Amino acid sequence: MTTMKTQYRYIGKPTPRNDALEIVTGKAEFIDDVKRPAMLYGKVLRSPYPHANILEIDTTKAEALPGVKAVLTHKNVPGWKTGIPRHVRVLDRKVRFVGDAVALVAAETEEIAAEALGLIKVEYEKLPAVYDVEQAIQPDAPQLYDEFPRNLVPLDVKVFGPKSLSKVVMGDVEKGFGEADFIGEGTYAYENFANPLPLEPPGVIAEWEGPEKLTVWSATQSASWHRFIMLSKMGFPDIRTISTHCGGSFGSKNYSAQPLFYAAALAKASGRAVKVRYTKEEQFGAFALRLGSRFRGKVGIKKDGTVTAVSGEWFVDTGAFSDMAQAQIAVGCGEAQLMLRCLNWDLRTRLVCTNRNASGIVRGFGGQELESAFHPILSIAMEQAELDPVEFFKKNYVKPGEGYYWRDGNWWVCRGKDYSNAIMEGAKAFQWKEKWKGWLTPTAVQGTKRIGVGVGVHGNADVGEDESEAYVRLNPDATATIHACVSESGMGQRSSLCKMVAEVLQLPLERVSMTPPDSLINPFDFGLVGSRGTFAIGSAVIAAAEDARQKLLALAAPLFHSEPDELESMDGKVCVKGKPGTGIPWNRVTSLTQTCTGFGRFKPDYSVPNFLILFVEVEVDTETGQVVLLNVVSATDVGQVIDPLSLEGQLYGALGAAGMDTALFEESVLDRRQGHLLNINMMDYKWRTFSELPRFRNVILETGIPTHRYKALGVGEIATSPGPSAVLMAASNAVGKRLCDYPVTPERVLKALGKIKKE
Amino acid sequence: MRSKRIRKREKINLTVNGHAYELDVGRQAHQLDPAHTLAKTLRETLGLTGTKIGCDRGSCGSCTVLMDGKAILSCTTLTVECDGKSITTIEGLGDPQKGILDPLQQAFIDHTAFQCGFCTPGMIMGAKALLGQNRSPDEGQVKEALSGHYCRCISHYHVLRAVLEAAKRIR
Repeated sequence: MTTMKTQYRYIGKPTPRNDALEIVTGKAEFIDDVKRPAMLYGKVLRSPYPHANILEIDTTKAEALPGVKAVLTHKNVPGWKTGIPRHVRVLDRKVRFVGDAVALVAAETEEIAAEALGLIKVEYEKLPAVYDVEQAIQPDAPQLYDEFPRNLVPLDVKVFGPKSLSKVVMGDVEKGFGEADFIGEGTYAYENFANPLPLEPPGVIAEWEGPEKLTVWSATQSASWHRFIMLSKMGFPDIRTISTHCGGSFGSKNYSAQPLFYAAALAKASGRAVKVRYTKEEQFGAFALRLGSRFRGKVGIKKDGTVTAVSGEWFVDTGAFSDMAQAQIAVGCGEAQLMLRCLNWDLRTRLVCTNRNASGIVRGFGGQELESAFHPILSIAMEQAELDPVEFFKKNYVKPGEGYYWRDGNWWVCRGKDYSNAIMEGAKAFQWKEKWKGWLTPTAVQGTKRIGVGVGVHGNADVGEDESEAYVRLNPDATATIHACVSESGMGQRSSLCKMVAEVLQLPLERVSMTPPDSLINPFDFGLVGSRGTFAIGSAVIAAAEDARQKLLALAAPLFHSEPDELESMDGKVCVKGKPGTGIPWNRVTSLTQTCTGFGRFKPDYSVPNFLILFVEVEVDTETGQVVLLNVVSATDVGQVIDPLSLEGQLYGALGAAGMDTALFEESVLDRRQGHLLNINMMDYKWRTFSELPRFRNVILETGIPTHRYKALGVGEIATSPGPSAVLMAASNAVGKRLCDYPVTPERVLKALGKIKKE
Repeated sequence: MRSKRIRKREKINLTVNGHAYELDVGRQAHQLDPAHTLAKTLRETLGLTGTKIGCDRGSCGSCTVLMDGKAILSCTTLTVECDGKSITTIEGLGDPQKGILDPLQQAFIDHTAFQCGFCTPGMIMGAKALLGQNRSPDEGQVKEALSGHYCRCISHYHVLRAVLEAAKRIR
């Protein structure tokens, strides 16, 4: 395959990240490194109760503390609201989870702000709380919001337009189940509310330049979100957003609505710039967890692995709120169809709020949540049919010419790739055929140690989501500047975009740079979500570079007494095609005082899904119940690699960001009597260390995918998604018992083995 | 004991990246508050923001700096404990004035041994301490030395390659 590939100057070759020097010398500027003149520090007083009315708040003592510049409660905060539909106030007269915001303080130092919080007296009226989705929808359950009877959050909110997807209903499921040879059925949950836990906690600085003009600095992966999403929630001030280097996000810091509200409200009240930077405890206990996901469902399959029907009810638990849950449901419903070719669906959803810390956006965006809860049911069916799951996934993953309802509710027909080759290459690298011994059968047994293998797949058509615009400006000194509102949160996307532009312009890579992610100086870009950077943003910058190039050649044509299409630009000189000796430098084509700017735009295209298959091998100790991840192989086809080192990093990311390890040890432990999360620090929230790294191999095919001229496709978002269910499958096979709960703790393994008593 | 001694002296001396600093201890705005961590002093008093604070509780490794050549967590070290000590931060590696990078920094660039980059300064300082004690570590020793460093992007595999490569280049 590689012999047929186009050889590029930069695309596909490893090149240092543009920001590499800043990062390794400590000069990269993250949110906590930014200070504004006369900046204050904001802190949040948080509720000790999961559900309570605030009867009284006395802030007099806090206000009197020297250095305190503003104290806000529900009585005097702006009336801004977030949530879909809008229901989450900056501060409310009611608290809905342990850690919910009660009051805000801005002070000269963080220490003074913290001291002031301790001086605020609050009288609460405790209310009963509810933590379980199915209990929460009972008529007599405690109700979180007056506007949401039975704690059901509306789904008909048109988050992606008038037909926005909130269920998958098509065909005739009764007929489908009638045709099935085997049926998998049950209720399974992916409800460990794991935390994406980027190392850098969320932080926002807000500064008003007048009553209607707000500037926001934020550690975000998508600079524009703090403007275009927050505008309507804040009464349409003019918001300028600037993204600092983002110390990891994995979805969670796309959009820090709460910290932004707090900083902006305090900045308004104090007339000063205010920074709100969450502590690690706040990041754990009052920011963005994964959605809870429970699936009561049924799947019918034939002996040959044909899926005849899927039905069920998907309960999605937001905790106290989630700003994007309906969008995650839409994408999750779409992704289920990519994974399973089936004509008959009746998959309904319920969105429920409960009294725990809020959920937010997390890598995997709904699809990982649905699939992880759905997989045990699918496994039951495959087990009865004695099907090899790799063959099953190969048969059922969406193929070119097949269709699906995507998040906008429209029927899209796949014009992408058949990923069967990626599946087979991955299986070969993993030695799947040698290791797979059948369902609930270990690959090997050595004393108390048993080895098992598992597999999962995931794909997403959001790689072509939403809009991107870009300018590319050719400067007379033979440099090019990309204007696009793109942050850097780890994907290396800013560097990859420079490579694409350098390739279009045939300009040395170091001569291409990019404006900072700032909404004031850049056209609109939706941001780094859904693996859209390569296809969506890439298309816009490539089009802008091509437009600029065409304009330059048109300017140069008279100098050569020829037509623009007889010319090319090479290393900052325009020349007759194939005759570099004829080159005229850009500054003589334009002039020293002129630039030449092109524009590019990308429109959404949901017809090219990406794909990833993950193979895992675990070792289970039947004495201790411990499950150890030994070996991982990921396989994908990205069409064309842009930067091999950055791509590998994204794929290794399967182990991070509340991904595969949510099946092994990651969870937010909720005390369902008191409503407290019990492990909100980095000692008690287990994370994978260097000493616990499995062998990890990436198999990356590059067969060209019809996206833009470089035939490339992003894949980062989905790295985490197939892992959790693959680990459960592997652990089940190792011990010969079905393990269906996340994470598969030693206790759960020993229970399944009958070595300790069941609850 | 220690705090009494400091109260008497009211000043501490420390060296950071080769520069000697004398800091007045006290509770005024211009003074070194005895409650200040080394991380805070480095970042806010000395303006060395390359040292990152991830958890501020000594469990993520991102604030790692060298104290007399040994890796320490600057978020759980009080500055008043650093009297007479020599501290090296990420800004002190290589020869910044001449634009010369430490071999570790260069290897991290060459292997793109980071994604978001927030853990990188701490990771490099942790690796620097290791290579100071062991010029030829094997992969297991690098893993052990860096096991307290949290990286959520999962750049571990790239970091291992970079550290082993830097060790080779130094030899």
